[in-house]
Formats: sequence, structure tokens, C-alpha cells
Amino acid sequence: MAGNNPNAKPMNLTLKVWRQRNRNSEGKIVEYQVKDISPEMSFLEMLDVLNEDLLLKGDEPVAFDHDCREGICGSCDLFINGRAHGPEKGTTTCQLHMRKFSDGDTITIEPWRANAFPVNRDLSVDRSAFDRIIQAGGYISVNTGGVPDGNEIPIPKNIADKAFEAATCISCGACVAACKNASAMLFVSAKISQLALLPQGQVERKTRVENMVAQMDKEGFGACTNIGQCAAECPVGISLENIALMNREFISAKATSDNLA
Amino acid sequence: MSWITKTFTSSIGRKVIVAITGLFLCTFLVVHLVGNLQLFKDDGGAAFNIYSHFMGTNPVIRTLEWVLVLGFGFHIYESYTLAARNRAARKVGYVDSRPSENSPWYSRSMALLGTLILIFLIVHMYNFFYRARFGDLDPDINNNDDLYTLVVTSFKQWWYVLLYVGAQIALCYHLIHGFRSGFQTLGLNHRKYTPIIRVIGYIFAIVVCAGFASMPLYFYFFK
Ligand code: HEM
Ligand code: SF4
Ligand code: FES
Repeated sequence: MAGNNPNAKPMNLTLKVWRQRNRNSEGKIVEYQVKDISPEMSFLEMLDVLNEDLLLKGDEPVAFDHDCREGICGSCDLFINGRAHGPEKGTTTCQLHMRKFSDGDTITIEPWRANAFPVNRDLSVDRSAFDRIIQAGGYISVNTGGVPDGNEIPIPKNIADKAFEAATCISCGACVAACKNASAMLFVSAKISQLALLPQGQVERKTRVENMVAQMDKEGFGACTNIGQCAAECPVGISLENIALMNREFISAKATSDNLA
Repeated sequence: MSWITKTFTSSIGRKVIVAITGLFLCTFLVVHLVGNLQLFKDDGGAAFNIYSHFMGTNPVIRTLEWVLVLGFGFHIYESYTLAARNRAARKVGYVDSRPSENSPWYSRSMALLGTLILIFLIVHMYNFFYRARFGDLDPDINNNDDLYTLVVTSFKQWWYVLLYVGAQIALCYHLIHGFRSGFQTLGLNHRKYTPIIRVIGYIFAIVVCAGFASMPLYFYFFK
């Protein structure tokens, strides 16, 4: 168990966890007690403790998504105490630590909620809608042949920085989960900006934004009303500037592309 | 579907229509407010009635009136269509949701605020516009329809004053979010100008709504 700080007092917590057997079954909140949780544990380690307890009792462990546990893969999609990834700003669930909570707290844990993200089981959701949006246009054409020299394509520093900022999106879906409209526009705009800003992204520039926005609509995500809940909850700080850029790209693509369909 | 219908039925296409009409309605508010300031002229309503006669008969204004009707029509239709779509995008909601920790309430309540404005608009249109255009108002000293007296007597009723002031509060919050939101939707976001647009939006919302609210309050309390 993590934690060798002698001053860190272990906590006892009440967890209210969404349990659901599969996509088609009805789910409900089930209450559990966890004991001796070190404040130095991550939120996911706390859930591991819960699952060990459940296994020992012969109960089904709680299914939840996780992979890297270091804030880079974007898997750990938990809605904690009414907030995407919990109360701490700019963190994923795996980077959230139990010291943010106190002994005796009740913590409600739910899956992301959006029609486009169906619940697979318990807290685990299907975010393949994001993959389909990327497939619709989040790629670039690359010439075959030898490896190009990186310095052959000049990119001004400020543009490279903006593209890089957009590229830090980890596709976690917190923006959708936090948004009142279940809108995916922060995610989609980050992907569109990243490629629209760079010279490599120019070939598909117009078709990309047209197709990705069309796929986003088809998946059933809501439309942005510029509330900013997404940017406030985004673990990597993707900015609303990207949504404005996407709208500009969309308007100009619709006005000037060759696509009549 | 042709590319045109596809564009304007897409999520961003609809948002763009809401933004263009919303910002257009903001310019209408300025004209409407400035014109109505004639109510404060202490001449028994002569100036206000000349103004309203002009607005009711000038062919340019009468044409722009239809643009305004279309502006409202599209703004309301598209914003409700989007609101319905957005509501439907999350059929199962959260048991515990704390949006106040990441956003202001009025930004999340645009459809509700808009509905309050719409209810007000219907009452307002019936009471002043309909009766000025199609009713039979008595003539004033210049032989213009005496809309002024109708306004003054309306603003002597407390529930009317309450409705008007309440609607202005709703409009104020609608505009605090809507003004900057309209620019953002149109892609006009820039590190230099967005903070300035935000401040102008606040000032615009407060000045316009306080201006409109001052009229019923003035006649109720000081006339
Ligand atoms: C004089 C009256 C009005 C003005 C000046 C006005 C202005 C605006 C503006 C500037 C926006 C932002 C546009 C955007 O970001 O896309 C907006 C959005 C909106 N308006 Fe209005 N509006 C008015 C009346 C109404 C009415 C009567 C309704 C509803 C019946 C309404 C419902 C909405 C909704 C739902 C939004 C979308 C919220 C958003 O996207 O941020 N508005 N309005
Ligand atoms: S924009 Fe932010 S919140 Fe949305 S998927 Fe990307 S990293 Fe997650
Ligand atoms: S588990 Fe990879 S970001 Fe949290």
C-alpha cells in the first residue's frame, strides 16, 4: 500500500458507486465503506482497495477504466462528487490524490454521462465515438519515400506552440462529461486546430473539418453554447480559442470547399 | 441534402445563425432604447408620438421591421432546436452534479432566460405594438396617435412595472453571456480582443437593460 509518511492519517470513507451489469441493464448507486485509506494514495489506488475488499467478500469488483495511471492516456473517466475527474483542477482521476478528501467523507462516483458514451459496465464507458471522429478526418497524408528532414518544413515558433498545446489533448472525454450539452467541441476543436495550424495538415484542411464535425453531430454529441465547463474541467487546459478556430475553419471550409455533398 | 441545408442544419451552422441573429438583435436594442428616450421629454408626449408615428409609417422602417421579425424568428427557432438537441444528448443524467463549481448559472440558463424574454415580448407586443398599429388610439395635440398616454397609464400598474423590470433583468443576464458568446461562435476569439469584448458585453448588457428598466420605474414612481 502506498504511503510511508507517518503524519498521513488513514481515512475511512463512504463510497456511492454506480453499478451496472452491462449496456442494456438498469444501473443503480450502491454504497460501500472503505477503511484505512492513506491520503497519499491516488484515487484509483483507493478503488483498488475497494475491489480487493469486494473480491475477498466474493462480490463482483467495480469495473473502471484505467491504463497509464500517470495522466497521459486519458482512460480514467470518472465523475467524482459532481465533477469530471473530481474536485482538483487540471488533473485526471489517476493523478487525483486522496489527500483532497477528509476522513468520514462520502464520495459519489459515476461514469461519464452522454448518449454518445454508453456505459459498458459500472464506471467503464465506451468512448469509441471519439475514435470514429478521428477516423473521419484526424489524419494527414504523408508522401512515401525517404524520411523527410525535420528542418525542411519551417514552422514559426508561436504556431508550433499553439499546435502543440492543442496536441496535448489526451482524448479523455472530460469535456463531454462536464458539459451541460454533452458537447464534444473542445475535443474535436483541439484535433482540428492541431492539424490546421501545421503545414502538414493543409492538404485535408477543408475536408477534415467538414467530415469531423459531421461525424461529431452524427454521434449525437450536443452543440456548444460557450459556457466553458469543458475548458474549466480539461485536465490539460485545452483553451476555448480552439473552438473559435474550429468554427472559423468550418465556416470557411463550407463556403469554399469543392464538396457539394 | 444539398451542401447548403447540410451547413445550416449542422451544429455549428445553427449556432452561427443564433449568433448572427443574436448580435443583430443587440443592434435593434440600441435603436429601440435611444428612440424610447423621448419618453423622458417633458412635453406631454408630443415628441414620443411624433417618433412613434414615424416608426409606424416610414417605408424604410416598415421594411426593416420584417428583417427584425425574421431575426427574432430565426434566433428563437434555432436556439430552441439546439436546446432540444443538447438536452437529448444526455438521456441519463448524473446523480450528483455540481456545475456551479465550473461555470456561472446564467451561462447555463440561456434557454430559460430566452423563454422569459419571449413571454415578455408577447405581452409587450400585444400591449404597445398591436394597439399602436391596429388599435384605435386617441389623437394627441398634433393629431398623432397618442401612444404616450397608453405607455404612461400602463406604467402606472404595479404588475406591469414588475413584468418589465423582471424581463430586463432576464435580458441583462442573457446578454452578459450572449454578447461574448456570439463573437466566440463566429470564431472571433483573440487573446487581445476577447477580454475587451467581455468587458464591453458587461457594460452593454447593464446600460441597455438599466435604460429600458428606468422607463417603467420613472413613470411609476415620479409621474
Ligand atoms: C432582444 C432579445 C434578444 C437578444 C438581443 C439576444 C441575444 C443573444 C445573443 C447575442 C446570443 C449569443 C449567440 C451565440 O453565442 O450563439 C444569444 C443566444 C441565445 N438566445 Fe438570445 N437574444 C434575445 C432573445 C432571445 C429569445 C426570445 C430567446 C428564446 C426564446 C433566446 C434564446 C437564446 C438561446 C437559447 C441562446 C443560445 C445560448 C448560447 O448559444 O449561448 N434569445 N442570444
Ligand atoms: S479537450 Fe481536454 S477534456 Fe476534452 S478530451 Fe481533450 S484533454 Fe480531455
Ligand atoms: S489512467 Fe491514463 S490518464 Fe489516468
